[in-house]
Amino acid sequence: MPKFDGIVKPKTKRAKRFLEGRAPKLTEDVKTAMIMKGGNSSLTVTQALKDIYALKKPNAVLFKKKNITRPFEDSTSLEFFSKKSDCSLFLFGSHSKKRPNNLIFGRLFDFHVLDMIELGIEKYISLSDIKSSKCPEGTKPMLVFAGDAFDTDNEYRRLKSLFIDFFRGPAVSAVRLAGLEHVLHFTALEGKIYMRSYRSLLKKSGCRTPRIELEEIGPSFDLVLRRTHLASDDLFKFSHRRPKALKVKKKKNISRDAFGTKFGRVHMQKQDLSKLQTRKMKGLRKRRGEIKLSMNDTR
Amino acid sequence: MAACSVEALLAKAERDEAEKLKSISVHKELDLEFDIGNLLAIDKNRIESRDFREQKKEDFLRSLARDNTQLLVNEIWKQPSERVDEAIVTKLPEPVTALPREKPPPKPRAPTKWEEFAKLKGIQKRKKTNLVWDETAKDWRRRWGYQRAKDDTKEWLIEVPVTADPNEDQFAKRTAAKKERVAKNEFKRLKNIARAQKVKLPGVGLLPRAQQPKEDLAVAVSVARTSTASMGRFQDRLPREKPPRNTGKKRKFEPNIGDFSGEKKKQLEMLRLMGSKAPKLDINRAVAKQIREENREEAVAKYKKGGKKGRQGSMSGKGGKGKGGQGGKGKGGKAGVGGGGKRRGKPGKQ
Repeated sequence: MPKFDGIVKPKTKRAKRFLEGRAPKLTEDVKTAMIMKGGNSSLTVTQALKDIYALKKPNAVLFKKKNITRPFEDSTSLEFFSKKSDCSLFLFGSHSKKRPNNLIFGRLFDFHVLDMIELGIEKYISLSDIKSSKCPEGTKPMLVFAGDAFDTDNEYRRLKSLFIDFFRGPAVSAVRLAGLEHVLHFTALEGKIYMRSYRSLLKKSGCRTPRIELEEIGPSFDLVLRRTHLASDDLFKFSHRRPKALKVKKKKNISRDAFGTKFGRVHMQKQDLSKLQTRKMKGLRKRRGEIKLSMNDTR
Repeated sequence: MAACSVEALLAKAERDEAEKLKSISVHKELDLEFDIGNLLAIDKNRIESRDFREQKKEDFLRSLARDNTQLLVNEIWKQPSERVDEAIVTKLPEPVTALPREKPPPKPRAPTKWEEFAKLKGIQKRKKTNLVWDETAKDWRRRWGYQRAKDDTKEWLIEVPVTADPNEDQFAKRTAAKKERVAKNEFKRLKNIARAQKVKLPGVGLLPRAQQPKEDLAVAVSVARTSTASMGRFQDRLPREKPPRNTGKKRKFEPNIGDFSGEKKKQLEMLRLMGSKAPKLDINRAVAKQIREENREEAVAKYKKGGKKGRQGSMSGKGGKGKGGQGGKGKGGKAGVGGGGKRRGKPGKQ
């Protein structure tokens, strides 16, 4: 009961850890996806869902039962599932005469649907059909988007953001260079979106940076964009809000010149230079008679 | 000779460099956008449909992917790297792409009343040690919890203080005091939460919730109904509203075994009354009650026949008769006189 989280305290440490895991955090962990089937689904759709689940393991849950809902009409059951399983991404596969081999990619914000994009599978080759050695599970893939449609068209831009959200793994600070194996390539061309998954082989080249050779492994999809349900602009902006604590505090009073020397300013009060403490030289000290003379001189 | 050989050497070196870099260099019209933190590359170059249809689709896509991946890998290799446990690891910068969050950012916890006071006075929190030296056990024990240092509950002997009642149960007193402290703590905690959420707890009424329980709604309805100037007597009911069930006076019963002297007194009093010659029934009161009942029935019948005019006529009749019934004293309870008395304004003294 999120409303009563201060009033009803958890009685065991395990329950407390569970609730802390689900509470909103400053920096969030990787988003989990729930993959489910609709009322009717074809063999292609079930295979496609299984393959995408394999790509997204372990941050995904594959539901076994069919869910007779229509996400575009009523998203309450999706929101309920998301609340129960604490997932913020979903993939809903279905098949009907009007929309054959349908995949709906979507994401939620605060357990309410943010974006939903429906894609139709035109051509599909599954993981098992392509005979080659696969990447280990859980490798962070390199994502490449090609085609100017991903930049010009608004729906394609959201689709790109959705794909990045879906397929990028956990946020890491460092990555092992030999482990950069998996590449997901999305091409937007002639109204279709081609998704290919390759395994990159790092070959010797003359210099430090290796030469890349690609070998196709994973599922390959030829998708076509169908319906979309995009969040309104203000909701979209609201979901991007960063907490203030994460803002990087800028260090002030640091400037650099052309050579890269670090400069800073020291602010001082006005000094009376006549009272400046310098080395005491007894001989130079003014005697009483002399002071009178110097005063006459200045006048 | 030397000069041209130096030039030749330099040229050769350049060519060698170019050769080396040929394998990893890719020519693109527009530079790609990179987000190394996410291992992401975005290629904005236009893809000519002619090229696409010329070759086989897969080969074209594969070559495009290879080029783009090569550029991305070149970018990644530019980052600083270090050696960690027999593996070369690159440090990745922060991800640049703005992606929506899962949940809204957490709100900072509101300070409690004590925390505000401490901030005002400058009181710092002092970290207490986990273990305390226990003299009786001659060992380090926990400050609280299982097998703690000074366990109040495990004492088998409590000295009765000089000022206390000798018949008082000190153990029960201790447990009662603990319960009191726990309840007070809980109350203060809830008050802090209520203040933090700025929720005004209504004394009587409903809390703003999505789903209200049925009993609370019924109570709220009955309270609202009686909150009129005439205590809800003239409040019409809604077409299908049922009259409330538990609104009679709550009867209080004494416990069976308790006050022996009081029970003895009551029984003797009852026997005395039964033996006395005073009348058991207050005739005047009974008569008045009967008359009132009859008048009420007449009024209802007239109203049903005549409407509002008839009702006004019978009201004065009831008022006069009520005064007569207040005369004699009796042991009977107040029983329904309260309503009539209040209507006249001043209930008489009994």
